[in-house]
Formats: sequence, C-alpha cells, structure tokens
Amino acid sequence: MRRDTKFNISKGIDTQLVIIYLVLVIIGWFAIYSSSYNPEIHSTNIFDLSKNYGKQLIWIASAFVLAIVVLSFESRHYMHFAYHIYIFFLLIMLIVVFVGTEISGAKAWIKIGNYSIQPTEFAKFATALALAKFFNEGKTQSQKRYMWLTAFGMIFIPIIIIIFQKDAGSALVFLSFIILFYREGLSGNIFLIAVTAFILFLLTFMLNELYAIAISTSIFLIFWIINRKKKKKLIRNAIIYGCALLFIFSIDIIYDKTLQPHQKMRIDTILGKTSDPQGADFNLNQSKIAIGSGGLWGKGYLNGTQTKLNFVPEQSTDFIFCSIGEEFGFLGSLVILSLFTALIYRILFLSEQHRNPFVRYYGYGVASIIFFHFIINIGMTIGLVPIIGIPLPFLSYGGSSLWGFTILLFIFIRLNNS
Amino acid sequence: MENLIKKRYYVILFIIFGLVAICLIRLFHIQILDPSYKKHAEQNALRHLTEHPERGLIYDRNDSLLVYNEVAYDLMIVPNELRTFDTNDLCRILDIDKEILLKRIEKAKAYSMLIPTIFEQQMSKEDYGYVEEKLYKFPGFFVQNRTLRSYPHPVAAHIFGYVGEVSQKILDNDPYYQLGDYIGISGIEKAYEPELRGVKGKRVVLVDVHNRERGSYNDGELDQAPVAGTDLWSSIDLRLQIYAERLLNERSGSIVAIEPATGEILCIVSSPSYDPNLLVGKARGKNYRLLQEDKKKNPLFNRALSAMYPPGSTFKLANALIALQEGIITPSTSYFCPHGYIVGNLTVKCYHTGTVDLTSAIQVSCNNYFCRIFYNTLSNRTKFPSIQEAYNTWKKHINDFGFGQKFESDLPYETRGIIPSSDYFDKIYHKSWNGNTVISMGIGQGEVATTPIQMANFMAIIANRGYYIKPHVIRAIGKKNNPNHRYTEKHYCSIEAKHYAAVIKGMEQVMVAGTARRSKIEGIRMAGKTGTAQNPHGMDHAVFAGFAPIDNPKIAIFVLVENAGGGGAVAAPIASSIIEYYLKDETKKEELENKLNDSLKK
Ligand SMILES: [Zn+2]
Repeated sequence: MRRDTKFNISKGIDTQLVIIYLVLVIIGWFAIYSSSYNPEIHSTNIFDLSKNYGKQLIWIASAFVLAIVVLSFESRHYMHFAYHIYIFFLLIMLIVVFVGTEISGAKAWIKIGNYSIQPTEFAKFATALALAKFFNEGKTQSQKRYMWLTAFGMIFIPIIIIIFQKDAGSALVFLSFIILFYREGLSGNIFLIAVTAFILFLLTFMLNELYAIAISTSIFLIFWIINRKKKKKLIRNAIIYGCALLFIFSIDIIYDKTLQPHQKMRIDTILGKTSDPQGADFNLNQSKIAIGSGGLWGKGYLNGTQTKLNFVPEQSTDFIFCSIGEEFGFLGSLVILSLFTALIYRILFLSEQHRNPFVRYYGYGVASIIFFHFIINIGMTIGLVPIIGIPLPFLSYGGSSLWGFTILLFIFIRLNNS
Repeated sequence: MENLIKKRYYVILFIIFGLVAICLIRLFHIQILDPSYKKHAEQNALRHLTEHPERGLIYDRNDSLLVYNEVAYDLMIVPNELRTFDTNDLCRILDIDKEILLKRIEKAKAYSMLIPTIFEQQMSKEDYGYVEEKLYKFPGFFVQNRTLRSYPHPVAAHIFGYVGEVSQKILDNDPYYQLGDYIGISGIEKAYEPELRGVKGKRVVLVDVHNRERGSYNDGELDQAPVAGTDLWSSIDLRLQIYAERLLNERSGSIVAIEPATGEILCIVSSPSYDPNLLVGKARGKNYRLLQEDKKKNPLFNRALSAMYPPGSTFKLANALIALQEGIITPSTSYFCPHGYIVGNLTVKCYHTGTVDLTSAIQVSCNNYFCRIFYNTLSNRTKFPSIQEAYNTWKKHINDFGFGQKFESDLPYETRGIIPSSDYFDKIYHKSWNGNTVISMGIGQGEVATTPIQMANFMAIIANRGYYIKPHVIRAIGKKNNPNHRYTEKHYCSIEAKHYAAVIKGMEQVMVAGTARRSKIEGIRMAGKTGTAQNPHGMDHAVFAGFAPIDNPKIAIFVLVENAGGGGAVAAPIASSIIEYYLKDETKKEELENKLNDSLKK
C-alpha cells in the first residue's frame, strides 16, 4: 500500500467528484442567500452571522477543512476503525434520546453554545463504513446463513434509535441501504417486496387506500391469469396479495389513529386532501407553486417572490430546491438533477471499477444515501412524495448535514484512491 | 452467480435514471406546461390595493370652507388571521356585548376569510386611541382610516346632499366603483360626483404568507398615486346664508337669493333646518329617522325646492308681462276698480278703489286690474280662435319663465310646481270654460303652484329684463376663477325686453309708496312685490319677491314665511334686510348682525 503524506493528498483523487461537490455547495450557498434575502431590509454583508447565509459560510469553510482532514487519513484506518466509529455514533445518538434538545419536534440535537449538532447525520457514514466492513469480512458457512439478518440488524439499530428521537424522515433514510444489499446478493424478491411496500405506502398516503387496493388487486389478477395452471404459485400470490391489503389497511389505521389531529391536518393540507375554507386554493402545495411559477428560465436570481415572502416553509433547509426552481426555472432544475445524477453515477461507476470490494460496499452505501435524500427531497417539493423532512445533500442550510455528507463523500474519495 | 450480481448494477442504474426521469417529467409539467402555478404565485404574493383619494372640498364664494373631510377610524377584521384573544378586553374597549362580538366575527367569516371587513365603524377618537395601543393583542384586527364629510357651519343643510356606500345597481353599471366605495347620493355630492371623487390610485404590494406587506412590487412600477378630488366653489355666501337663516329664526318658510346676471344662488334657506353633521357616518340612519319623525317641523323637507305654494300677488307681474307682450294692454291702459272684479255673480274682492294704470295697479296690487287683463288675454278671439289656444299661449309664456318645470341644475329634490294644461280644464269643465272660470290664476291663486326657487328665478328674469341662467349653487370648479361651464347659457324668455320697464316701475312704487314702503332701504333703489299665498289649512303665507338695485341688479330674492299673514308686514322686511346686508359693506354687515342678535335675544 502506498503511503500518502499531507502534501500529496490531492494526488490521485477523483477530480470529477470533487468538482461536482464544490459546484453543489456553491449553488447551495447562493440559494440560501437568495431565500434569506429580504427585499426591504437587505444587508449586503454576506458574513452577517445572524443570517443563514452568513452561518452557512462558516459551515462551508469548516466542511472544506473537514474534507482535507478526511483525505489525510489512510484508507486502512477507515477499514480498521469502521465498527468503532459505528458504535461511537450509536452511543452518541442514544445519549441524545435522553438528553438531546428538541428542534421542530425531533429530539435529535446536541446544543453546543449557539449551535446545534445532529448526530444522525454522522451515523449515516458510520453505518455505511460498518456495513462495508461487515460485507468485507470472510464468513463461515454458519455466519453466511445469518448474514442478511445481521446486515438488517445493523441498519435497524440506528433506525430504532432515530424513531425514539421522533425523527421519522431520517429513520427512513437508513432503509436506502437496501440498494447496497440488493447489489450484494439480497434476494430479488425481498428487494421487490421492500420497494413495493414503499410504493404502496406512498400511494396510500398520496391518494387514498382505494387506489392502492385497486392497483394491488389488478396486479394480483394479472399474475393469477398468468399462473392459473400452477397451483403452488397461485397460493403464494394470494398470500402476497393478502399481505399487501393488510399493509395498506395498517397504514391507514396508523395514519388515522396514531397521528395527532394537528399533524394530520398538516399532512392533509400539504397533500391537498382537505379543501381549505379560505377558498383561494391555499391547499395547493406552496412549494409546487413556487417551483411551477419559475417557468423555463426562472424569475432571475433574487427575484423569486414565493420563497422570499415565506410562502414556502423551511425554505433554506428542506425546501431549498424551491428557491432554485423559482429563480432559475426548469433549466435550473435540470442542472441540479443532472449534477446529482452525475455524482451518483460516478460513485457507482468507480465502485464497480475498484479492485477492493470494501470500496464497492462503501461506495454503494454512499450512493444509496445520497440518492435517497436527493430523490425524496426533490420529490416532496414537487408533490410526488409526502413531506418527509430530510435535507437536500450539499445544498440545504445546516452544518450537521453539510458536514455529514462531506465526510460521507470524502471517505469514499479517499478509499477510491487507495 | 457473479454474472447475475453484476447485472444488478444495471438494474440499480435503471431504477435511478427512471426515478430521476419521473422527477424531470413532473418538473417539466409544472414549470412549463401548466400555467396555473404562475397564476397562483401571483395571487399569493401580489396584493392589488386601492388607494382612496380625498374627496374634493367645497368653499363658499368668499373662500370660506363649507364642506371638508374628517378622518374616521374603522376597526377592520380579517377572520383568517384571528388568533385567540381576550374577548372581554375588546368588548370593554368598544363597549359591546360578547354576544355581539361573536356575531360580528361570524358575519365577517361568512363574507370572507381573507378580505378585510368592517368590524366597528367610525370609532371615536378615544376608542381609536385605546385600540391602537392594544392592537398587538388582537391579531386579525387592524384600523383603517376613512374620511367622512364634515361641515364647519351647521347651515344650508338641504343643498349639500350626502355621501354613502355605493349601491349594487351602480356597481353593476359603472366599473369605476367597487364594493364599499363611497359615492355622492344626493345634492351637490351627487351632481358633482365625477369632480369630487377624484381618481383612485392603486398600489401593488408584495404580501408574505402572514398577509404582512413587504414593500412595493417592482419598485412601485405599477403603482399609481390617487388624485384628490376637485375642490368646488359654491355660489353661496356663507355669511349671507347664516344671516338669512337667523332672520327666519326657525319659522317655517324659505328664502332664495340669486345673482341675476349669473344665476348663482347666493343663499338658499329652507326652514326649519337641521345640522348637516347629523347625517354623516354611522349615526346617519338613526338621526335621519329622528328628523323624519318630527312631523311638526318637518326639517328634512326642502321647502326652497320641493314645496309648492300658490304664488299670490307676485304672480300678477307675470300676467302683466304676458298681457303687454300679447298687446292686450299698454303701460297706460287704465281700468276703474269698484273694490273688486265683478262679473255677473262672480266677485273677486279688492281692498282698493279708483282708476289705475299698470304701474299703479302693481303698486296697490289691484285685483280688478289683473283679473281684467288676464280675462282679456284669454278672451281675445281676434288673436286666438279658442279659449284653449289663448290659454296655451299664456301657458307657454309662463313655462318660459321657468314655472311648471324643473331647472335640472345641480339642485336636489326639485319639484315642477303646477301650471295646469288646457286639457286639464277641458276635462273638469267639459270643454265649456272661459277666462272667468279660471280667473283666480290671474292673481296667483287657484290652480297654480310654484316653488320658491322658481319665484326667485322669476325675479332674476325681471332684473335681467328678459333672460335667466339656470339657478345653481356651484360657481367654480377646481380653482376659484375657473367658472362652472355647465350653467352659463342665457335662457331668453318670450317677453321682449321693452315690456319690463313699466313692470319694474310699478315694483319700485311698491317699495316707495306701496305695500312694502316700510321696508325700503336707504340709498338703494329696489323693486319688489308683496303677496299673500292663500293657505286652506290655516293662516296665509306671507310672500315677498324683488330685486335690487334697479339699475345693474345684484340680487334677486324671494321670501316666504308660512302662516304669517300679509307679505308687507313679515316677508318684505326680511327680504330688504338680506338685500341691505348683501349690498352694504363690511362695517354695516357687522352692525346688522349685531342688531339681529339683539332682536333675537328679546
Ligand atoms: Zn283694485
């Protein structure tokens, strides 16, 4: 193994990934500046620390330092300490469950002075490392039997802790490792069941259970006709169909019974399920209006009205994409989607190329996490998926998320270079 | 196995590109294909506000303010922005019951959740002070300024008219007005609505999700400042108006004075009157009802314009002019009066006896003389083949003087008065009627009825020797020296100018040696005619009509005091006081005002 020094850490690293990363971070800062920009009392001081864009400058600068630090460690250290890091962040998250600070409903934060840190963001790369190490270890025959059980266990431990933090959105993110599992040999059926369950969940939420039932029933009938000669398959199909219906009803019951009325109201209004007594189409998803009003070219930088006038909630964090969609239009959206797709494709491509399977395992984990964040975040701003409060990687305001994703990506860049 | 796993790389890529493609299609749809989001965005963030201009002010002919605007404060409510608040506190401030408060909130909600509606109209200044201070405690409420008409002097109530909220009918027909706008409903306010209202401005502002204004849109590119309404200068002389109202001193009656050369009304009194400030704002409905219920005084009745009275002896002047024009008489035509007009068993009494020519007949108001010339006018079969044709000729002249019709100028509530048609007499007398059947019209009694404004205008015609300009109350628009071009046309009457001299001479004699000799004014040559308007319901009304000075007339006047008996004793002194006051200089004015004050104290 080649020994790297601090002076040549840049040597051999993947410049494409670094460039895409830098472009996304810079676009993110400009979008945050725009959404915090007040047409009336506009301060020209971009270092104004009372503003999100001022603070984000600090986060970006420190993220760059963090990236260099990450690159300066040797790859074998990441492999060696993968479990230690994993357990360390699990413990931190567990502590947060008891002593954490609550911010917008989630008790997932540690407060240090004026700043809050969300350990969940770091658990993502920690889990990815741990899973990579786990898959990389040689296994005995008996270990192989329980391999998938252990792998699922490794993602469900953080999920359960996060659920205790009342941060459902982040918990869902860990399910994205299933893409990695699928790549590494998880039964296609299980993958299919997981994906189907997820789609049924969205359908039930987005439209209503009748659509979900109708779709599952028609799929079932098609399979029934195809397999009508094979009794064994018919029985299996019937069981799957029954499970799907049960799943749909249970979502509905969970939704009706467990959500507090005000939460339900929020979700219903966001989803456009309730007609608003105000009449003026206020039920329409405001973020959709912001993005939709951008047109082809957008309204121009700093000229967005919807994001600037607070029609869009959480506009510099979870809904940062609205600002871009409104001010840069479809072309702006196209650029963002292209950048993310290129990033993810590049990670997967490099992973497949690499001789060391550890890098592939980790790479798939990174791609899964980033892809899930990206597609769910943009999907929710344009009304394709329900509002799941997760940030857009590298663009959304916030130190923890930027740091977390920076570490996540740069460990891969470092490993890829080994 | 390894091959199968390798294939999964492509499955995963396919899923990733597929989902990205779905997002792109969706973005393409909402950003480019579907225009509704742009519309929603505009509705969201832009608010089109109307800026109401200040209504034009009204001054008198000497620049004294007659009508101005006072700020009133309406408490507005936006139900959508309501949060829980201390209802008891608000009830206490506004002095209303909680029930009423809740009812009003419900009503506002029913109208609109987002559009502001009036919660409490025209708060007093004290209430406004309290509310303003505590407004932060009542989210969803805000205070809106609105202007109300106000009158510094409680006079001339009947001509201003009033301003009120625009009706649905006007909203349907005139796109200028919006719900809740104010509009002139009657009087000057209605007649000059296009001038007084000004031009509404607009403001396009950015509004954030909490309905808070966040500055103007595009640096105010679309904004238009409101243009204040045009100020008006009334022909009314405020001091004269006050003086005239005090002269009547709550007695029922009317005074109208006109500047003959211009048709400008100098003062117009309908008594009893009321304070125009009573009919402003939220108290209007209540006060209007109270005034309406006052049947004894009937203060809302506009006697100067709407009341019909028999003109009495003043009408004789019109008949004299017609007889002169039609060649029935010459100024020297004389008749003997045997204490009345006696034909067969018809007798119209006269207090006088002897032979009189036209001038003397006017001076002594000889009933015989005027009955005779009226009869002769209607019975001249050499000129007119039938009574109908004779009567219609007479009626044409009378209508030409402005009797029996409305002027349709800027005055409210005009009535026509009554000058019957020949058809009317044909009907009631079955076509068999002659001059004697309708003889009482010859002396201004019987079937004729006129309004004070018509009589004052008739005096202006005599003063002008043959023409009038429609009587009106607004003399200048926008600037004091910018004349009101609506009323400048001279209406020449059918009587030639040469016929007036003899009549005026008789009217001067009235003042010098006739029925109004006690009311003549030192140093001013004045023409006048007293009269008694018969009143079947009680004591007769005292009437005086006249103008002064005889050469170069400055003021024509008509005075009527209800149930006051003869015109010479009551109406003539009031008229000459007004004329003297109007024509004399400042020091004399004060002297007259003091004199009037003293006499009123007694
Ligand atoms: Zn006589």
